[in-house]
Amino acid sequence: MTLKTEAVGKEYPATTYEVGKEKIGEYARVVGLDNPVHFDREAAQAAGYRDVVAPPMFAVVYSSPAAGPAMLDPEVGMNFAAMVHGGQEFEWDEPACAGDEITTTAKCLDISEKDGKGFYVFETDSVNQNGDRVARGTWTLIVRGV
Amino acid sequence: MSLKPGDAMPELRVTPDRYLPHRYAGASGDFNPIHIDPEFAKAVGLPGTILHGLYMMGLVARAATDAAGGDPRSLKRLSVQFRGMGAPETEIVVSGTVKSAEDGRAVIDTVAAQGDNQTIRNAEAEVQL
Repeated sequence: MTLKTEAVGKEYPATTYEVGKEKIGEYARVVGLDNPVHFDREAAQAAGYRDVVAPPMFAVVYSSPAAGPAMLDPEVGMNFAAMVHGGQEFEWDEPACAGDEITTTAKCLDISEKDGKGFYVFETDSVNQNGDRVARGTWTLIVRGV
Repeated sequence: MSLKPGDAMPELRVTPDRYLPHRYAGASGDFNPIHIDPEFAKAVGLPGTILHGLYMMGLVARAATDAAGGDPRSLKRLSVQFRGMGAPETEIVVSGTVKSAEDGRAVIDTVAAQGDNQTIRNAEAEVQL
């Protein structure tokens, strides 16, 4: 079966996420981080951050709202029942701090087939209120039996 | 902080309790029922609830950040492949080896495993030293 590939290159509407101090702390506690820069404003500022700083993988929290609709797009047409999250990459630039307003755009980067599996690759690009890039994500989803 | 090619990254060992996926779901916003509802997980052919892959990636990020001295700014890039499924109430071991180190940046090859089950493979973390 040939995969539908017309969604390759398609861009999705931007989402905006305001980073909250307590949300950073909640995420940091769950992954077991105890560095005070994730919890305490003074400690974060003493370390040179504008405010409490998010752990790098908090990128999932602010970029998922943009990635989700791209993955659910009927034009992409993924079979969710046979889908697994195959791979993930993030590149980080400017740290994300409490109070930041992060805008993320998503794009369908590639759809291809190999050994009977569909590989769906999405990209997210997140910038802060100053226009500085915060993170770029590459999300690879694998669908069996395409 | 000095990391040389061939150096082992300090291991990170974590045993997530049975409610960890609920807390991660709340923290991340990913409420896929395969992570939090044992009956749903079994109905779709899983042995039980499974850990979020991105939670395990969060542990890899933590281990790589610690190896670079602990400042969250030091992690510049992290790329992983999710392979085995992770289970709650089982110890996760994140380990790694420095692949290259030059111009103040090091690349660390990392793996996250539960026993013989490598849940994250071919992970590459780039850190600033």
